[in-house]
Amino acid sequence: MSLIRLEGVTRSVDLPDGSRLEILKGIDLEVGGGEHVSIVGPSGSGKTTLLNLLGLIDNPTSGVILFEGIPVEALSGGRRDRTRGRDVGFVFQQFNLLPRRTALENVMTPLLYAQGREFWNRRRIAAEMLERVGLGHRLHSTPDRLSGGEQQRVAIARALVRGPRLILADEPTGALDVDTGQKVMHLLDEVAAQSGAALITITHDPSVASLASRRYRLDGGVLHPVTDAARAGQREVAFVDPFAPRSL
Amino acid sequence: MNGFIGAFIEAWAEFRVHKARVILSLIGVAIAVLALTAVVGIGQIATQAQIEQLERGSGRPATLVVSPPYNPETGQAVDGARFDAAMREIADRYGIDFMGRTSWDSTRIQLPNGVQPLELTLVEPAYGPMHRVELVAGSWFTDRDEERLMPALIINEHLWEALGRPPMSSHPTVTVLSERPTEAIVIGVVPSLQWEMGFRADMLVSAWERIRPTAIGYAPPTPSVELWVPLEIADQLTERIRAELTTALGGSLMIDVFRADYLAWGDIDPIEPIRVLLIGVAALILLLGALGLVNIALVTVRQRIREIGIRRAFGATAPRVFLAVMLESVVATVVAGFVGVVLAIILVQNEWALGIIAPDLTDIPPFPADAALLGFACAVGVGALAGLLPAIVAVRVRVIDAIRY
Repeated sequence: MSLIRLEGVTRSVDLPDGSRLEILKGIDLEVGGGEHVSIVGPSGSGKTTLLNLLGLIDNPTSGVILFEGIPVEALSGGRRDRTRGRDVGFVFQQFNLLPRRTALENVMTPLLYAQGREFWNRRRIAAEMLERVGLGHRLHSTPDRLSGGEQQRVAIARALVRGPRLILADEPTGALDVDTGQKVMHLLDEVAAQSGAALITITHDPSVASLASRRYRLDGGVLHPVTDAARAGQREVAFVDPFAPRSL
Repeated sequence: MNGFIGAFIEAWAEFRVHKARVILSLIGVAIAVLALTAVVGIGQIATQAQIEQLERGSGRPATLVVSPPYNPETGQAVDGARFDAAMREIADRYGIDFMGRTSWDSTRIQLPNGVQPLELTLVEPAYGPMHRVELVAGSWFTDRDEERLMPALIINEHLWEALGRPPMSSHPTVTVLSERPTEAIVIGVVPSLQWEMGFRADMLVSAWERIRPTAIGYAPPTPSVELWVPLEIADQLTERIRAELTTALGGSLMIDVFRADYLAWGDIDPIEPIRVLLIGVAALILLLGALGLVNIALVTVRQRIREIGIRRAFGATAPRVFLAVMLESVVATVVAGFVGVVLAIILVQNEWALGIIAPDLTDIPPFPADAALLGFACAVGVGALAGLLPAIVAVRVRVIDAIRY
């Protein structure tokens, strides 16, 4: 059974002038545990809206979203929040660490919403997670004392600390330089693979997207699978000299 | 349970991280709680002082006064001895331990600088506990003082000053110029009342009966009788005493039995207007403190929208966010309330302050627990109210909008 499945999902909003803006049109997507899926697309293509839907934050206008086979629409607000906290981990472009809280406190934050042993052992669990992303020596550093790469690793530790089954990474390397971005993506990929979680990366960056086993392009609210042939074609087009003489 | 503890941990972390801001925002609340608690505390101590003052004058609740019965046609008062005997029999029958005759008269005394008038309060030993009499020096009358050949006097401080404040151990005496000069021994000193300018002394009724003038034209007052009885049976006893006296002394006499203590003056609390005014002022201060807190809390929540969005993304439910924001406010105001209450206790309970609030207070009450609880409850209430609006704002935050804020 797939972890999350979108069937004919649309999302539209009513504009103040009375017209309706269709952001997502008939999205079909199925992601299973352990898969790495990337979605690329230009600004305004509906990436954030799709992220909201995948993260159980928003409802589709039509269509169905099934999380572990259960229609999300059927979940109450509180149950959806709890499911999100337990099963979905977010990695944001701007890291979104809580300011003035240490790395340890930031990673402990999701565990505050857990139950039982996870709640009571949150300090130890968070410290182990930071250890795992190579920040065991920066437990008590606040975000302003961490580099961009370190901050994103803290954010990854925070996203993974409850062992989510779905990791949603929204432009995870957008605020990092190329080298650091690559390292962070490899870390995210590796940790997700180790935990068997599905990873959905939304990005502008083709090199980040290329790490995924399945790739999609979101354009005008429509999700297109990107095949190797299509990518090869894109690459060929990219290298066509527009000023070269054309033969018929 | 985890949810509440978690929300409390979040609230405490917020308090810890934003110490300076929180402390600044709470100064108003702490001052308001201090003012409220102190005002209520002072009010209660002042009430106690006023009650003591009233009890010194008219007796502790319930004090019944039985005026000397008289014939309404002739105006002739009943014989004092018959009246006294009848009252003692009634007191014995009803097991009333505190009963005594009281009256007033005046005489003159010989002082080194000349003859001075002296106001006399004529009492019996029971008068002391019944009227909460406190002495500056010496001791109150006992039954043994009835047997003294030399009348005993308890003088006011003005007279004690005029005598040169002699110690009671030196057995000072005063010459009372009644029908003939009589040496009276001073056995105690009571504080002079605020409005008292002259010399006054307490003397036993029996002693005064022995030395008072007997000349024609002098009409010795017939003492009234005071009884200190349990409050809950005071009204019943009033009627019973009237009936018993009628039987004992004859039906044609006018018998007046009435409550004299301050509780019998009606439902109106004599200090209620002051109390209402003080509480009104304190409530206004608290309201201003609360408005300041709401203002700061609202601004703070708007600044923390991204943080709230992040928490929601990681599984915080709407009620949990509501509780956490609410608790932040309550945790903070509880701390402020505690500080305010402690400061109020320190302020109100020190001797200097008590000397100003209630200089004559004898039964200094501990800081009123009511006032402390009220201050604390107000702090919690203000915290909850001040947290309500920001908590509603926090719950309405859309998660992704907040993260991208």
